[in-house]
Amino acid sequence: MSENATSLVKQRGPASGSGGGGPLLEVTGLAKYFPINMGFLFKRHVGDVRAVDGIDFSVGRGETLGLVGESGCGKSTTGRLVTRLLEPTDGKIVYAGQDITHASRRTLAPIRSEIQMIFQDPYASLNPRQTVGDIIANPMVVNGIKPPGGVEHRVRELLETVGLNPEHYNRFPHEFSGGQRQRIGVARALGMEPKLIVADEPVSALDVSIQAQVVNLLQDLQRELDIAFLFIAHDLAIVRHFSQRIAVMYLGRIVEVGDRDSIYQRPRHPYTHALLSAVPEAVVEEEGEGRERIRLAGDVPSPVNPPSGCRFRTRCWKAQDKCAAETPPLVRIEGNREGHLTACHFPEEPTVAARGEDVVLDPALAAIEEATDTH
Amino acid sequence: MKSSTRAAMEPSGPLPGEGQNPDPADGLEVKTSELVGRSPGRLAWIRFKRDKVGILCAFTVLGFIVIALAAPLISKLYGKDPYQLYGQDRGLLNSYGTPLKPNGGIDGDFWFGLEPHLGRDVFTLLIYGIRTSLLIALAVTVVAVIIGVLVGLVQGYLGGRTDYFVGRFSDLMLSFPQQLFFIAFTPVIVALFVSPTDDEPTYVRVVALILVQLILGWMTIGRLIRAQVLSLREREFIEAARLSGASGWRIIRKELLPNIWSTVLVQSTLLLPVNVTAEAGLSYLGVGVHNPTPDWGLLFQSGATYYDSDLTFMFFPGIAMVVFVVAFNLLGDSVRDALDPKTVR
Ligand SMILES: Nc1ncnc2c1ncn2[C@@H]1O[C@H](COP(=O)(O)OP(=O)(O)OP(=O)(O)O)[C@@H](O)[C@H]1O
Ligand code: SF4
Ligand SMILES: [Mg+2]
Repeated sequence: MSENATSLVKQRGPASGSGGGGPLLEVTGLAKYFPINMGFLFKRHVGDVRAVDGIDFSVGRGETLGLVGESGCGKSTTGRLVTRLLEPTDGKIVYAGQDITHASRRTLAPIRSEIQMIFQDPYASLNPRQTVGDIIANPMVVNGIKPPGGVEHRVRELLETVGLNPEHYNRFPHEFSGGQRQRIGVARALGMEPKLIVADEPVSALDVSIQAQVVNLLQDLQRELDIAFLFIAHDLAIVRHFSQRIAVMYLGRIVEVGDRDSIYQRPRHPYTHALLSAVPEAVVEEEGEGRERIRLAGDVPSPVNPPSGCRFRTRCWKAQDKCAAETPPLVRIEGNREGHLTACHFPEEPTVAARGEDVVLDPALAAIEEATDTH
Repeated sequence: MKSSTRAAMEPSGPLPGEGQNPDPADGLEVKTSELVGRSPGRLAWIRFKRDKVGILCAFTVLGFIVIALAAPLISKLYGKDPYQLYGQDRGLLNSYGTPLKPNGGIDGDFWFGLEPHLGRDVFTLLIYGIRTSLLIALAVTVVAVIIGVLVGLVQGYLGGRTDYFVGRFSDLMLSFPQQLFFIAFTPVIVALFVSPTDDEPTYVRVVALILVQLILGWMTIGRLIRAQVLSLREREFIEAARLSGASGWRIIRKELLPNIWSTVLVQSTLLLPVNVTAEAGLSYLGVGVHNPTPDWGLLFQSGATYYDSDLTFMFFPGIAMVVFVVAFNLLGDSVRDALDPKTVR
């Protein structure tokens, strides 16, 4: 697989110089509000779903940023904003030095191919009426990409790169399994020779045994082709080996961001601690016995009416009055390493070592635990 | 159905390039050596070919269409036309105007008998009648489907205000009582073309009939297409196309249209018999095609006046209509079964 990938490297031209040394993608204060309109005939604007509410992050060239958070916290919305499938409400998106926040389809055209996406649902992301060959070739045709040796040759090459039989060129998506379909989606993105791929939970719809294969494929490609990734996942296990840096998102905001070691070994935000405690033992085995266990009580609050101050305060075990009054800024707090930012007034110790006792916040969960323990 | 079925369909470790096919096309075994894929359309065709009722109905329907198209040829071979008053000319009617021979005058010359009073040949009347009704209904169906698909695509793809206003307009049109509207407006539309005092050419009637049925004919399919486009629009492959920079028009053409063909096909096969009966109904009620133009509905109209003296007259047109409607509806069902959305995901 990696030999195939290396053969692709040769075909990529010298890295385009625009933007020079800065990060490939820089996002500041990005926000997306989905308006809620109610009423018959004359729709009134009654509120907003604040899916993404002012986030900053950057992705360097060839770097992988993992974006992690619970369901509904705005990860997909962020991905769709970056790829410009959605129009941002506020904020700024700068790609390779160029402001693309509100760029139209036409102005976007030259860099359109450089930002691609791999979708979550392999059953919805391929047109059932097109052959695999057409699915992969169409984006090239639209963008007037004329690879040496012809489009079909290139498609076969791409199929091989993602570990599929190039002879399957004329087949239809329904003849493939979920994992194979996801590979087709990867090939489609690769055909555009992207510099940035937004992968929106690319393996969460797949069987566990296939997940690792697809993640490994992506990791190989990322290394061989030097593509930057915004890798979206809902738990910390999948992104662990893949991401250089990780951003933890909660209810439309980034609560902690840092390099892999900082997030996994020295997490400061209570929410990161909670997420880490949900990672299966096998993945964190180095940390040894007695990992803390945190069960978060209750549901994520509604993004229509988020809590004041720190949004995590309704579920945080360290919450105090200040948390409701002041929004904690995302900054490098004391004890954090370079580049490790945390948005919390009362951060945890930078460790994942065992706590004195379990933090179990949900009495019902505690009762269930007890019941299962005695059996 | 999400993860569980998916997980079940996932072969444990699909070896790349081995041609492993967890073929979800229920029971249609695809040979692993075959590397040209079967499109969902081909699979539907394979499934359709195994449906005996469907095949029988398809041939019946095809038979009607051939008869309609070849009516002039058939009548030439048969040696009669639907305008000659054979009964009167050859003295085959009694003084009450009913055929002399039993069974409505059926014999070797007049296979389906003679029309009472006028003495026209029923066989040619019927095949020409089928021709008129079917062609009018076909025109209505084709244009209504085109309009419906366009409206549905625009509504579904643009959404928002356009969707809202077009949707309310189509609701309004749907709320008209069809038959009443046809009866009331066919004369109005005819009057638009020719003044009521003039002689009206046949084609004016035909065009008026097509128009009046079109006005109320596009909404149902429009709504179905809209609903389908709305659900397709949310699919990620549309987003993938937008990501590649494809224009809205290209997305409609390449991504959306191929996915609504099955709906269009099923709806058309179900709509055509409805339109044939509607056209026949209008002629029956006297607002459709007028005598002496042969028409399926007119045959029933005359049949209704003769039924006490000559019941046989109604027999063949009636049987033909029943066979036609049943065959078309069963065909529609078979087409829908064959295009089972399970493989058209
Ligand atoms: N088109 C939309 N209109 C209105 N609300 C939306 C829309 N898309 C997303 N939302 C809302 O925005 C919030 C964030 O959604 P998003 O899909 O970004 O979450 P996510 O983090 O990707 O979740 P998941 O892990 O389930 O995919 C949710 O509350 C969702 O209901
Ligand atoms: S700011 Fe307060 S509520 Fe928010 S995470 Fe920190 S301690 Fe908890
Ligand atoms: Mg999502």
